[in-house]
Amino acid sequence: MSILVIAEHDNQSLNPAMLKTMAAAQAMGDDIHMLVAGEGCQAVAAEAAQVAGVSKVLCADNAAYGHFLAENISALVADLGKDYSHIVTAATTTGKNFMPRVAALLDVAQVSDVIAVESADTFRRPIYAGNAIATVRCNEAIKVVTVRATAFDSVEATGGSAAIEAVDQVFSSDKVSFVGEELAESERPDLTSARVVISGGRGMQNGENFALLEGIADKLGAAIGASRAAVDAGFVPNDMQVGQTGKIVAPELYIAVGISGAIQHLAGMKDSKVIVAINKDEEAPIFQVADYGLVADLFDVLPALENAL
Amino acid sequence: MKILVAVKRVIDYNVKVRVKADQSNVDLSNVKMALNPFCEIAVEEAVRLKEKGVAEEVVVVSIGPKACQEQIRTALALGADRGVHIECDEMPDSLVAAKLLKEVVAEEAPQLVILGKQAIDSDNNQTGQMLGALTDMPQGTFASEVVVEGDSVQVTREVDGGLQTVKLTLPAIVTTDLRLNEPRYASLPNIMKAKRKPLDVKAASDMGVELTNNIELLSVEPPAERSAGVKVADVAELVEKLKNEAKVL
Repeated sequence: MSILVIAEHDNQSLNPAMLKTMAAAQAMGDDIHMLVAGEGCQAVAAEAAQVAGVSKVLCADNAAYGHFLAENISALVADLGKDYSHIVTAATTTGKNFMPRVAALLDVAQVSDVIAVESADTFRRPIYAGNAIATVRCNEAIKVVTVRATAFDSVEATGGSAAIEAVDQVFSSDKVSFVGEELAESERPDLTSARVVISGGRGMQNGENFALLEGIADKLGAAIGASRAAVDAGFVPNDMQVGQTGKIVAPELYIAVGISGAIQHLAGMKDSKVIVAINKDEEAPIFQVADYGLVADLFDVLPALENAL
Repeated sequence: MKILVAVKRVIDYNVKVRVKADQSNVDLSNVKMALNPFCEIAVEEAVRLKEKGVAEEVVVVSIGPKACQEQIRTALALGADRGVHIECDEMPDSLVAAKLLKEVVAEEAPQLVILGKQAIDSDNNQTGQMLGALTDMPQGTFASEVVVEGDSVQVTREVDGGLQTVKLTLPAIVTTDLRLNEPRYASLPNIMKAKRKPLDVKAASDMGVELTNNIELLSVEPPAERSAGVKVADVAELVEKLKNEAKVL
């Protein structure tokens, strides 16, 4: 039996998380097909065909899939997925949105946010905000799985030469329509795949002070994140939030500035390779996970750090 | 319209969980339990829609052991009108929960079903979407804004790149994100009043749903400990260590 990986993309290029998702899929089995559904997504299909380990690309190019509405995509994936042993995608907001619908349409339970693949049916996943790791066995005929991309290494983006096959099935629900979107513009690397992340918390005091992080982020090629406290206080938009309810990151270097280190924030970043904490409260829980801690006022430290880099 | 809100009893979000010594699960004996924070936001949103005159009735439903009735009472104290408790000993997984909720939806025929986007114990983020598929209702997940307009609802969703807005024909499913609203506190008079609000109890085993859980829990372990590192004295030492010791710069 083969594995169907559902590609996430913006109709122009493949989300880098898919290369990591492929690594997880390869640990489950070898014959891997990738479904690229979208509108005007031929370039993405061509990109997917080159990814190492992909043996066939299914391309469903139709206006019904343009905005990746869960109702349409899940019907397509459930229809195509019946003949596969595994259906896999990344646990991004997109994957989390449509995948449980696929599982329910196929009448199987889903395994969410897998961080390790023990065998074709046994997976490890964090529960309770990452404070416990559960090992679960999926006894369903079709394993529907979402993958925490940051827990896996990317496969090669090139080297493959899969055939591209067009898919004609069109599922288009009349109960849902796309109204619009408001995407945050950023020149910086994507938060979830950045090598370095610098995040600010409530200690930043206001949104303007986040500019203090920008100079450092520029020098390090880092993405800028935030704690839930900073987002809830309206300092920065919510797509910058790192934590159990925001994005999960695992960069090589994570710099937490003015962040106390609540359980929900740690859930989003404690798998970072090196953690630096800058906080004036030496009792802050963030220091319990930080490799390097600096107890000082961030308003003194940040300009000095920018100069020192 | 009628709104159905599903709520879950979970460990309080401030509690640091402990894994049992035999690694069979986390230890929930004698720990503080509470309404899942996302479910609280779902109840608040339903009550606000009622206060705006959009909804006439708010029904809350919870699945689990008898103790779940505490969380249903909490929701009633926040302003819901009546409760339904689907009693079962073990917490069902998301698919079974969605199937049980489907039966409640068939009986109650709500125009809007609001759930939290995820429970903070299992962290699955599945039930609302599964209920959507089983009832063939459209879904607005991770909602940060919900506007009911006639026979449809416009939902602004929190997605990775920012926000997305979709329009759903009612009846529809909405799952809440944290920024949808700020839940109120229940006042003492409302807590007293909630005790007299109706609460129906049904046995999950009588609802025609197979209660088997096909995701088998083999073991639960604490995550790898990260030990505290070193404190540095100043920025110069920090940069020096990052360059030469950690080699990440």
